[in-house]
Amino acid sequence: MHAFSNLLDNLIYTRSRNGKLRLISDYLKKASDPDRGWVLAALTGDLDFPNVKASAMRNMAMERVDETLFKLSRDFVGDTAETIALIWPDIKDVEAFDTPSIGEIVDELAAVSRSDAPKLLSNFMDRMTPNERYALLKFATGGMRVGVSARLAKTALGQAFDLAVEDIEEVWHALTPPYSELFAWGEGNAERPDLDGVAFFRPFMLAHPLEDKIVDMTDYAAEWKWDGIRIQIAGTGHETKLFSRGGDDITAAFPDIANAFQSTGVVDGELLVRGEFQGGEAASFNALQQRLGRKKVSAKMLNDYPAFVRLYDILFNGDIDLREQSWTYRRKELEKFVPLLDIERFDISSILEARDFNHLTELREGTRDAAIEGVMLKRRDSAYLSGRKTGLWYKWKRDPLVADCVMMYAQRGSGKRSSFYSDYTFGCWTEDGELYPVGKAYSGFTNEELKMLDRFVRKNTINRFGPVREVEKTMVLEVAFDSIHQSKRHKSGLAMRFPRISRIRTDKPAAEADQVATLKKMVT
Amino acid sequence: MGMTKAAQWIEPHPHGIYIKPADAWIDPSRPVSRALVTHGHADHARSGHEKVWATPETLAIMGLRYGVTSGQAISYGDGFELGGVKISYHSAGHVLGSAQILMEYAGERVVATGDYKRRADPTCAPFEVVPCDVFITEATFALPVFRHPDTAIEIDKLLSARTANPDRCILVGAYALGKAQRVIGELRKAGYHSPIYLHGALEKMCHLYQTLGVDLGDIRSVMDTKKDDMRGAIIVAPPSALNDRWSRRLPDPLTAMASGWMRVRQRARQRNVELPLIMSDHADWDELTQTMKDVAPSETWVTHGREDALVRWCELNQMKARALEMVGREEEDD
Repeated sequence: MHAFSNLLDNLIYTRSRNGKLRLISDYLKKASDPDRGWVLAALTGDLDFPNVKASAMRNMAMERVDETLFKLSRDFVGDTAETIALIWPDIKDVEAFDTPSIGEIVDELAAVSRSDAPKLLSNFMDRMTPNERYALLKFATGGMRVGVSARLAKTALGQAFDLAVEDIEEVWHALTPPYSELFAWGEGNAERPDLDGVAFFRPFMLAHPLEDKIVDMTDYAAEWKWDGIRIQIAGTGHETKLFSRGGDDITAAFPDIANAFQSTGVVDGELLVRGEFQGGEAASFNALQQRLGRKKVSAKMLNDYPAFVRLYDILFNGDIDLREQSWTYRRKELEKFVPLLDIERFDISSILEARDFNHLTELREGTRDAAIEGVMLKRRDSAYLSGRKTGLWYKWKRDPLVADCVMMYAQRGSGKRSSFYSDYTFGCWTEDGELYPVGKAYSGFTNEELKMLDRFVRKNTINRFGPVREVEKTMVLEVAFDSIHQSKRHKSGLAMRFPRISRIRTDKPAAEADQVATLKKMVT
Repeated sequence: MGMTKAAQWIEPHPHGIYIKPADAWIDPSRPVSRALVTHGHADHARSGHEKVWATPETLAIMGLRYGVTSGQAISYGDGFELGGVKISYHSAGHVLGSAQILMEYAGERVVATGDYKRRADPTCAPFEVVPCDVFITEATFALPVFRHPDTAIEIDKLLSARTANPDRCILVGAYALGKAQRVIGELRKAGYHSPIYLHGALEKMCHLYQTLGVDLGDIRSVMDTKKDDMRGAIIVAPPSALNDRWSRRLPDPLTAMASGWMRVRQRARQRNVELPLIMSDHADWDELTQTMKDVAPSETWVTHGREDALVRWCELNQMKARALEMVGREEEDD
């Protein structure tokens, strides 16, 4: 535990990528199984203790600390785990206790019931230093926040054992923590893990925003960017699995899709639901949300929101790996593959016949379909590569909607922004001249603008509700958002999708901000 | 607990505390005719007052920062009278010359702490517990997450980093008044007697400290030293210089910062600090609450910092407390 907590703290304070790689690979070389495998899983986000959640951590803290003092502390620190680690009473002679090993901690966290979790955590905490307490809570509840991506952790593993990171990624999703086969392979004590007959995740190919670039349509193919969930379907003929963009297994939430896919191969597409108001066409993301995050889906759910997948790409046809082939070649393979699938559940994303870039611009501007998020541009000769590669794929989202809103409340942010008032609730005017909240945004501004907004909040606070500050209603924020929907969450009855601050309108008097009625007309 | 009458003769204003019968302000943030100044930090000691009462050290610091200030020097324990209010200054342990101000009037004792800390500091006199009816306290670190570790542990972290990086220098960010001298003083106390190099902005204040009898050992100017001669050395600079072009003249600096805020990881990251040193010139949570118990006032007024939390603690401990709405006090000055 001590080595792990040192690693975490060193990672937090080390700025350079190479420095972080060295720290992780040194740790992985020195630590033993299974501890290092669990730590690797924690760094890549592959560790989950279903019965140990943030609420267990909070409940544990409430047993020892006054709730008001805890909330004020949490607001200031900007991180629940760190707050608890710091606030926890220090035990004298902590050195005299045996700190439990990672392996022991994992065994107990995995076995504990939801109701016993707070007690278990607090028993561990009492035997630890503040830094170890922090490491424990981060480890148990996920989200290391040490500036290490899954990819970086795997690169460090490669560096430790002289393996290519691509080779690690290839086998990664077929293995589970604590990855003893992987370390055995790395140390030369075993062959590369055998993946035959296992349906597992392959890293997605991702796109850069197009921004102001113009591309030649003879080099690029265009298709709609559908507003659903990007998924990968992997079928071995014996089993089929569905993976989200992050590689999470979401098969259980979409059994209708998984059961309908009987083929062998790996395809990439957009998960959508049919909306009755759109004549069986793809419905907006809102409808799909009804089915997201559910462990099990009811028959009614399956009926009301039938899911289907619009396929973009094919990675494997049968056992043949197509990822090295060009997009043009893969597209032909996909066109042969799709007709063999259940037509209720699968179709192919059609290619936009754009004569040139201007024509494409017209097509993009002309669409009014709520299920279309924008346009994708794919280089015709590009292989299917993991991650974002410059110049190969672009996304060109529809222009966002904008509204001028008035800042109403502010709260401190988390993480890097923990000292700044960076989370803003804003509102628009009703016909009676009242401000009703319409959304909340945390992003879109530059660091300089953030400092300015933070100063504004501190100088213009008129009320405090715990960590929330109510401000003078004088600051107009231009808010950009992808779409707006009916919602019970806000008093205005509206909710924005992906709102962000696009401009700070210090030039605009608050009275001239937008009306709630204006926003209602934008509802899709 | 009895009702205090202090509210009738002491008025908290956003820009300072006004003592009505004395027609004087404590730490006013705008120029006034009569100012009682607790210590030399810029958010407490401003320029432009007609008349200033402060400790000799604070007057010397104000003199250095603002040019000659006409002031009445009041040593620790000494008293004087102003409009029927008996006023005396008592050590606050915050920085050299820092004082709490005790006011006695109409049978009541009121103490305004300015800023203070409880633990030992080789560069200033220790905090004195002054029993009183009304305690006007700061609350900079008034959250239970703030427990500053033993200073020796943090100094040891600094010295170990130096030993582990013989080819680099350790650049320590520390505020010009108080923290910089304390870091140097603590290093000397720990037996480190090599030259310590200073950023230009710290030199005058360090020399003033030495003139006032604080021994800082062999301190030198970065400007007068060759880059390679600073390998393996400790350099002290104001926090604003840490990521500044100035640091290019240093040999591969490892960035440290001495501040109570370093207890929170993200605060250290925001400042690109590689070696956080948790060293504060303010009382931490345990010291604040211990002070409340030691002073045992009938009523507490909280000036600046995390007022809500200290008021809450008082409530939980059946002590009467209120938050004053003060402005202009720098949140990040430690």
